[in-house]
Parts: sequence; structure tokens; C-alpha cells
Amino acid sequence: MNIYKHEFKTNLKSMVIWSASISCLIFIYMSISSSFSTNLTLLNNMMASFPKELLIAFGMTNMDWSTILGYFGLIFLFCQICLAIQASNYGFSLVSIEESEFTADFLLAKPVRRTKIMTSKLLSAITSLTITNIIVWISSFLFINMFNNGKEYQIKSLVLLLLSITVFQLFFLSVGMLISLLVKRVRSVTPFSMALVFGLYILNAFGGMIGEQSLEIISPFKHFDSQYILKNAAYDLPLVLISVTVIVISVAGSYVLYARRNIPSAV
Amino acid sequence: MSIIEVNHLTKYYGKARGIVDVSFNVEEGEIFGFIGPNGAGKSTTIRLFLSLIYPTKGDAKIFGKDCIKFGPEIRQEIGYLPSEVFYYEGMKVLDLLKYSASFYKKDCTKRLYELADLMELDLKRRIDDLSYGNKKKVGIVQGLLHQPKLIVLDEPTAGLDPLMQQKFFNLIREENKKGATVFFSSHILGEVQRMCNRVAIIKEGSIINIQDIKTLQKDNYKKIQISAIEIDEKRFEFDGVSKLEKVNGTLRFFYKGDINLLTRLISDIEISDVTIEDLTLEEIFMHYYE
Repeated sequence: MNIYKHEFKTNLKSMVIWSASISCLIFIYMSISSSFSTNLTLLNNMMASFPKELLIAFGMTNMDWSTILGYFGLIFLFCQICLAIQASNYGFSLVSIEESEFTADFLLAKPVRRTKIMTSKLLSAITSLTITNIIVWISSFLFINMFNNGKEYQIKSLVLLLLSITVFQLFFLSVGMLISLLVKRVRSVTPFSMALVFGLYILNAFGGMIGEQSLEIISPFKHFDSQYILKNAAYDLPLVLISVTVIVISVAGSYVLYARRNIPSAV
Repeated sequence: MSIIEVNHLTKYYGKARGIVDVSFNVEEGEIFGFIGPNGAGKSTTIRLFLSLIYPTKGDAKIFGKDCIKFGPEIRQEIGYLPSEVFYYEGMKVLDLLKYSASFYKKDCTKRLYELADLMELDLKRRIDDLSYGNKKKVGIVQGLLHQPKLIVLDEPTAGLDPLMQQKFFNLIREENKKGATVFFSSHILGEVQRMCNRVAIIKEGSIINIQDIKTLQKDNYKKIQISAIEIDEKRFEFDGVSKLEKVNGTLRFFYKGDINLLTRLISDIEISDVTIEDLTLEEIFMHYYE
């Protein structure tokens, strides 16, 4: 419990900043949504003038601009990118931060099992991510209703979309953690998480552009494609299962690797 | 009872050598010195004790229990002061010490304040505002606040001023009198000589000698200095004499062998002064490394 509390305090500031930023992002984009919906023909003309590849890269094909959820689907993609960076930051730093800041000697010399350290840290990160998740839920419902001008929308699709966040976050958290344990030392977390998030994002975008199925299949941006979920009011279940499998393997692998890890000395 | 038993402990980092086939015992109540230059394997040995790293071969037992299998249980009773201290930077000293105390079953609060008082540590300051020496003090308090049965010190005095060093040594002696066993790794031989009962000398990953400090000095070479108006150094070139040198009519050398043989030789010549003394640990140490 002491490690959990310590970790939570350490992550608190970053969690508040991420939550506030994503909430702001939703607010700003939703606040300009009404101007889009009033000039639908203009917007459709504008979209048609963009190269198709560009639209695919930004996940804007098949978008239904006429409904509020269609528009929200695009914003949700931006939210996903933010959530992914936050989750992979936590994942990459989870245990590696003790080594990069040389506090591992302190923590691991204490009478506590490594598996317990890992579990406490993991639960603490999941708590932070869940709070951010809840903020996204609240912001989404609040701001959609605020700027919807009283129009109806499919609540089921929105709920499904927001429910996907948990698995999406866990994917980046666990994969980040696994990679951090596979490499010798993580000096700085940001390059790692940027590479992971944008790598997987581009993989999905590229896959869409060149019509190649095999690449995008490992990207959670594909597994939880907002346009697909909104259009079908359902998940693409086989793809979701890939995400879940990756999470399970990453977490199990991380426990094994950490239990055997030789902690490099500070000097 | 042996507090630490090391059996053929070997550690390779990939192909790089850590330590090779190290075996020794540390008995209850001892202050055991562990000396060797940088890179000899002192820290590797200590990190193996704490299962921060895992051995390639061999094992170490602490309190009679395997230090990997029973790691958490053993570490309840180990206090560790690393050579370089690093703590969570955003924290206040008191919060860090309380966090440290929270890992132990005992209530450490009283001892925490006692030690902080003794080491003149300001508990309200943030860790990142502390100087190196003050961080070291945090390390000392953090390592001793749970009154461990085994204190492991890895080059503990770096960064402490002489006054603090003195206080620190007194503190360690006190803990030792109360029953704590101390494993003291250092390359500063003077402090090892002052503190320890026995020493192990480690060189390039292997133990080359383990001895009582007093016997180490007694059974070893003597340092001899003879001054005379006229002295022929050839007289002293016999078995057991080494490093013979003559400077300004003063003859200096190390001698190991029958001391009577030497005194008879000296009595044959007219000398103005003679000193025969034990080697300091430093000189013994240098001897092993040459």
C-alpha cells in the first residue's frame, strides 16, 4: 500500500494535466461543432477537395459530418492519441524510472518482493489512467449535450466508444512496460512513448492508405477505430481480442523479466 | 553463528567479470572490512547480498537463509548504505524517511528522530536542495532507522566531513556493541584499520586474503629503517628483504623472516638510528596489488 500511495502521488500532477488537457480539447472542438453543422454543404465540398490519402491518414473517410457523433468520432481520435501518450509514458517509466533516477537501490533493498513492487506500481498507474478515463466520460457527455442544440444522438454508440478507452490505455501501459524491461536502460521516457504511439498510429494510417491489412492489424488505433464503432454500434471483436492478447502477454512477460532483472548500479 | 556465508559466488555481466568464486564467512558481532580498489568487485558482492543482481554461480546465505529465496525476509534486518545516494527528488527528507520506515514491521519513528538529531539533519528540506554530504546523512539515517542486525556499508564516508565521519563511526561502533554485525566495504584503508576486526582483500574479482587485522600486520612484513654514517646495502641483500633502497645514508626496506637474524646483522655495524615497525594496512594493500 505504501508503494501504491507513493506512486500515485508521483503521478498525480501529470494525471491532472493530461485529464485537464483532454477535457479542454473536447470542449474546444465541441464548441465549434455548431458552425460545422450549419454549413454542411460547404464542409463536404471542402473535404472533397482534399486528397483522399490525407483523409485516410487522419481517419476522416466514412465520416458523417451531419451528426454530432460523426464529428465527435474525429475528436475522439485526438483523445486517443493523448490517452495513448499518457498511458505509454506511465508504462515506460513504471519500473525504469527507479533505474534512470537511481532510486532502485533504495527501493529494492527494502524488504519487499519485486512482484509486489510491480503490482503496486501497476495498480497505481491504472488508478491514474482510470481517473483520466472518467474525466473523458464526463467531458464527452457534458460538452456533447452542451453544444448539440438539443438534437438526438445514439447514446449506445457513444458509450461503446468510451468503453473502449480502458483496453486502449492498458495496451499502451503494458506494451510500454514490457519494452522498458527489454531494453537495457530507458534514459528518457518521451522518445520511447512518442515512437510507440505515433509508430502505431502511422501503421494504421498507412495501412488505410495502401490498403494493406497485415500491418494495421497490430495497431490499437485500428482495433478501436472510432468510425467503425460509431457506424456499426459494435466492436470489431477479433481485433479487440488481439489487443487483449497483447496486454496479457505484455503483463505476464513484464513480471517474468522484472523478477530476473539485474539492476544496473548507479555508478 | 555466521551472519553471512558466501559460497563460490560468481557473477559475470555478460562477458565482463564481476566477481569469481568468492567464498568467505562473516561471524555475528564482527565488523568485517572488505577492501579493494575500484572495479575489484566490492559493490557487485554487496548487490548480490541484496539480490539487486543475481549470481551466475554459487550462493550467499544471510542469517542462514539463501539471500535470493528469502530476500524480502532477510532484508527486514539489513541496513544498506550505498556508495552513491539517490532519492526521490521532489520529496521532503522527513517524507522520504517515513516512506523508508513504512517498509519495516517495527515502529521506527523514535529511532528516526534520534538519528536525524544525531546527524544534524534538517528534516523539513527537500531532497533536491541537499548537498551531497547531506544526502549521505539521509542515507545513513535511512539505513539505520530500523535497527538492523546486519549493516552493509559501501564506501560510506565519501562526502562526509571529518567531524561527521567521526560521528558516523561512533554510531556504527555503538550499533555494533548493541549486537549488529557490520560489513564494511571501502578503499580508504585508514578507516578500515580503525574500525574492523577482520578484513578480506579483493583483487580483480577474487579474494586474495582474509585475515585478522592484527595478525595481518604482525605476520607480515616489517618496515625497517637504519641510519648510519657508513652503511653497505649489500649486507642486507638476503632472503626476506625486499624494496631495499638507500637515501642519504638511510637504508629502508621491508623484511619478512626471523627478526633475530636481522638484529644480529644490525648490531655488527655502527648505526645512529633504527626503527622497526609494522606496515600500515595501506602498505600491505599496496604490496598485494603490486
